[in-house]
Amino acid sequence: MNRRTFISQSIAGVFTALAVCKPKSASGHDFSGHPESKGVLFDMTRCIGCRSCEAACNREQGLPEPDLPFSDTSVFESPPGGEKRRPDEKSYTVVNKYDSQYASYPIFRKIQCFHCLEPACLTSCFVNAYTKTEEGAVIYNPDVCVGCRTCMIACPFSIPAFRYSSAFEPRIMKCVFCYDTRLKNDLPPACVEACPREALTFDTRTSLLRIARQRIRENPDKYINRIYGEQEAGGTAWLTISGVPFAEAGFDDSVPKQPIINYVKDFLAVVPMVLTIWPGLFAGFHLLARRKNEHQSTSDNTEECPL
Amino acid sequence: MRISFSRLHDKTTQPQTDKTTMSHFLNDKIFLGHSFNEYMRIVVSNPLNWMLGIVLLIGIPLLLQRYILGIHSVTHSSQDYPWGIMLGFGLFGMVPLSASGFLLSTSVEIFGRKDFQPIERLALLNGLLGYFFAVVYLLVDLGMPWRLAYPMFVSLGPAAVLFLVAWHVATYLSVQIAELIPAFSEWINWPQGKRFITKIALGLTIAGIILSTLHQGALGALFCYAPAKIHPLWISPEFQWIHFFCSSIYAGLCMVIVVSTLLERYMRWRCDNTFLSNLERITFGLAKGASYAMITYITIKIVAVAHDQEWSYLLTGWGGYYLFEIGLSVVLPLCLIAYGIRNHQLAMLRWAALIGVIGIIWNRLNTVLICYNWQHHQEIPHIKEFWLVLTILALYVIIYRFFLYRLPILFSWPPTPGR
Repeated sequence: MNRRTFISQSIAGVFTALAVCKPKSASGHDFSGHPESKGVLFDMTRCIGCRSCEAACNREQGLPEPDLPFSDTSVFESPPGGEKRRPDEKSYTVVNKYDSQYASYPIFRKIQCFHCLEPACLTSCFVNAYTKTEEGAVIYNPDVCVGCRTCMIACPFSIPAFRYSSAFEPRIMKCVFCYDTRLKNDLPPACVEACPREALTFDTRTSLLRIARQRIRENPDKYINRIYGEQEAGGTAWLTISGVPFAEAGFDDSVPKQPIINYVKDFLAVVPMVLTIWPGLFAGFHLLARRKNEHQSTSDNTEECPL
Repeated sequence: MRISFSRLHDKTTQPQTDKTTMSHFLNDKIFLGHSFNEYMRIVVSNPLNWMLGIVLLIGIPLLLQRYILGIHSVTHSSQDYPWGIMLGFGLFGMVPLSASGFLLSTSVEIFGRKDFQPIERLALLNGLLGYFFAVVYLLVDLGMPWRLAYPMFVSLGPAAVLFLVAWHVATYLSVQIAELIPAFSEWINWPQGKRFITKIALGLTIAGIILSTLHQGALGALFCYAPAKIHPLWISPEFQWIHFFCSSIYAGLCMVIVVSTLLERYMRWRCDNTFLSNLERITFGLAKGASYAMITYITIKIVAVAHDQEWSYLLTGWGGYYLFEIGLSVVLPLCLIAYGIRNHQLAMLRWAALIGVIGIIWNRLNTVLICYNWQHHQEIPHIKEFWLVLTILALYVIIYRFFLYRLPILFSWPPTPGR
């Protein structure tokens, strides 16, 4: 290929591309999830802390035997000054008990990955180990993970856990919405199926929001008027409704309403500017500094080269 | 420690003969002109080596334990503090201290300040080793260190900040190695290497500025992923990258002052007259530069508090701690430098620089550990993790000293006999 044909073909290629590519709609910067993506609604007023979901998850995901059997309720008593349980390398989901002044009954809260619409773990991962599937799950690929644990820093809900105990096969451990075994086939995750109180509802996220609003509207005394996960971190696939303020049940109220990636975009925009402006800027400084030195050295009548 | 250099001098000035064998090369290049036995005698007689030896004696088994039994055997394996003291010190602390390389090469190569040339190579070596050891710390802390090259070649996530850090540190390491090739080529008598690098010096230097700006900033921007987990006074999503970049400028300059002070005192035999006679003047120059960066840093920190409307936090306990940090680690050294320059007190500048170096590490540890999860619980890292940090630091000192002894960093080639 000579230069002329190369140029003419390149120009032809550019015009073809211009003709074929249509700009996406102007709202391309906002992503509010795949339309039919699934989610789970957790109704905290229905949970009795039986831990069936924990047991089902453990079985479904082939997780290690727990230290105490799932029937043991002593796990709810956190040591004085100690932290409540959280998902860790042995469990993808845990249920914790809270006592609230707003309720005469103990509050039980199930925690697992919320499966954000714009997951922070995914956007912070430098090897693309995370995927948000069309079905709504945030899944993880241990084969490319380097173990940097940035996802653990980034997750606003502090969900991903690291399997520190393995020297040769460490990995992130987190709820994957039972993607491979169930969600892919349009089946509800194991915890939802195991719940004897129907505290967990599996449906599309859109329907779940409608159900949640309906429950709140029909029982205004029973629920507080908020769906946790509707907006948190830009929206999550797993939603929660509660009879007490969410902070009373260990929910983090400081989680921002926008996706975590929005906080990083300012810096990401700086990167191409530095890459493109700095060379010219500093080469220019260099020229300016050299010219000044040359001027000085000629006026000093020195023969030494300034550079 | 003082080593006789007469033999080294004799050897290097002798014409090359057929007898130049491997052992000659070793004696000459590695054992500083001594035989192996003599060299070992000198090594053993140095108390610093005993201290380093003790650190390594405990530390190397700990390293093996980490690689054979897993990270949990040497740390608290915290799920809430995924980045411990290892990264807090090793990556986030070492990297700003290594900004020296690009700062001095910019002054000399871009702005033509040849008067800083006597310290340029020291600054470059300090930068290179700082980055290199930041990667070593990373290799200890990463879950799968054998996959270090994955973000480069196997599975790319270019929209992540850490992706930039990885690429920039990798390319900047190469740039710094290239920038030190002149010193290396003099040492191994390979003039072509130096000639080639001299030709592309300007390009390398500009590449160095770009990469340094971006990844010093990127280390800060990493914390923008945790806007709600870090205390608001230590995180300011819009300005975090420039806070980290700006503070790295005075950190790098202070580090050069501290290192050169130590070398002038404890490695005087290795410094030539050009280095020693220029050091005071250069230190004043570096300290002035550091003070400009410090005052700028304080200003942009205030801008961040104003921008995020965080004044009320200043009256809380965390606010007190914040003011304490800024006061002790930036305002104090700034005042000391101002006083030292005004009254021409070299020692004052050097103490200020030491405070600046400790202060920057403190700031990074505050961001990574102390003010992280500020609404939840605190964790004190495992004693073994502390010791691992110390172990890698000991290796850093050993390698640093190895190069200073041999490569023409503090002296010009060929080395002249000790004074």
